[in-house]
Amino acid sequence: MQGYILKVQNLSKKFGYFTAVDNLNFSVFLNEIFGFLGPNGAGKTTTINMLTGLAHPTSGNIYFDEMDYTANIKKAQQFIGIVPDESNLYDDLTGFQNLTFCASLYGIKKDEREHRARHLLEQFDLIEAEDKPYKFYSKGMKRKLTIAAGIIHQPTILFLDEPTTGIDVASARQIRTLIKDLNAGGTTIFMTTHYIEEAERLCNRIAFIVKGQIVKIGSINELMEQAQQDKILQFSFDDRVHFDDIEPDFCQQIQNCRLDRLNERVIQVRSSVPLDLMPLMSFFDSRGIKVMEAKIIKPSLEEVFVKITGIEREIMKREKEGKKK
Amino acid sequence: MKTAIAFWNILMKDMRNYYLKPPNISWGIIFPFAWMLMFFVKSQTPVEVINILPGVVAMSILFGTTSMLSVTITFERRSRSFDRLLLAPIHLIWLMLAKSFGAILFGIINAFIPFIIAFFVTDISNIHWGIVLISVIFIAITSTFLGLFIAVSVSEVFEAQTFSNFFRFPMVFLCGLFIPISQLPIFLRPLSYAMPLTYGADLLKMAIHHSGNFPFVLNFMILLGFSILLFLASKRNIIKKWIY
Repeated sequence: MQGYILKVQNLSKKFGYFTAVDNLNFSVFLNEIFGFLGPNGAGKTTTINMLTGLAHPTSGNIYFDEMDYTANIKKAQQFIGIVPDESNLYDDLTGFQNLTFCASLYGIKKDEREHRARHLLEQFDLIEAEDKPYKFYSKGMKRKLTIAAGIIHQPTILFLDEPTTGIDVASARQIRTLIKDLNAGGTTIFMTTHYIEEAERLCNRIAFIVKGQIVKIGSINELMEQAQQDKILQFSFDDRVHFDDIEPDFCQQIQNCRLDRLNERVIQVRSSVPLDLMPLMSFFDSRGIKVMEAKIIKPSLEEVFVKITGIEREIMKREKEGKKK
Repeated sequence: MKTAIAFWNILMKDMRNYYLKPPNISWGIIFPFAWMLMFFVKSQTPVEVINILPGVVAMSILFGTTSMLSVTITFERRSRSFDRLLLAPIHLIWLMLAKSFGAILFGIINAFIPFIIAFFVTDISNIHWGIVLISVIFIAITSTFLGLFIAVSVSEVFEAQTFSNFFRFPMVFLCGLFIPISQLPIFLRPLSYAMPLTYGADLLKMAIHHSGNFPFVLNFMILLGFSILLFLASKRNIIKKWIY
């Protein structure tokens, strides 16, 4: 196992009688993309705020690179990068000025910060807008510049809070590619998102957080395996199938299986034991039903999330959109 | 070295972004003119510029610094750009000083506009410039830290303006600049002594009219005390309210 860059032990945050974050324990390993997935109000941003120095933990410990920084996160801020869910750059400064200013906050000298700013503007495809005031940037451009500002001091760990929320599809795609490239370049990434597909596509490991508590943590495969109790095969036919006619015979002939109708031409076969394709094909063939396609269905991370947390994805999405408005 | 780079760049950014913007430069020039003109117009008897100079200087600093800092910090808080500063590896004290320094400079520059005007209309050769400089610097520091205290106590720009006025106007009338403290009703006098501008104004009168009420060292020490107190109260509020 790789060494961890961030380790959180029994981390809690209380506001009066309300517990926003309740006894969190997790580690983020070097050079991984770690996802924090949860509904609005789950404690994601409060956790990020504690890890980056915008909030004091009520109890618990925060270790970066095996050193306890709980009492003095300020000292860790040199190697932490933060990209908040809403932009925090200066409207009147140009893209280039914003980046050089952010670099100066980390004590980087003029020549070096100008060099880094130009390099990032090129990398993020913003070089043509370098002299344009930030307020005139599009949402996607603003997001990219905010990420660039978060990494200009070359942090070892980058905290990304909802990196693609509220931007167009093309920009979101570009940002996901940038995140992957950053990670490939050696930056460890801790990201929160409410887009389950995004977490599935980008993250090596994911923690589901609900009501301030981590309810599940693991790699995508581990989480999927735990949720996949049924093996599912999906068949598509070239013609309509009379489901009620075939179901009794099917259940008699094929043991330990259940048949589900999705529509007139598509059915799913579910079983708790591994499925053998040949007897199924023979069954359909014996009834003159022509199979056009047969495929294995794996549960999505969304299903895993719903199963573990009991929270529907649409609820999460609505909550988040409501918050943005 | 790293802190110095961050400090300098925060200061330069604020100067470019806020203090050296044409509306603020014109405010710095027009405000003292307007005050002086007001005294001339309103006065029933001829007014000597030298007599109103301490008042105009003190008000220029007070209104300039408190307005600028309280509004800019509240604005940065609203736009979340102040969070970026809090997330940078700069000690909070240096960060607060960097944010305040621009306003202090703005206040000092504002203070000398009335002197420039006075230079053309009256004899200012008797002014004790050393004390002027000290008083201007200390009024600018205390007023700036008052602005900082206001900024960290409110969350909206309009609240910053309202809260500033809550402090500023009583200060102007009770600090002894226009009505001597000895002529104020007895119940208002303790309030006068509790205001930093009282001691700054006394230093200015000492420098310009050679007639202060308190010893120089006492004025100086009290202003220093107010500066430290306001700075520490602001720091406490930032930690309590913004790094929750």
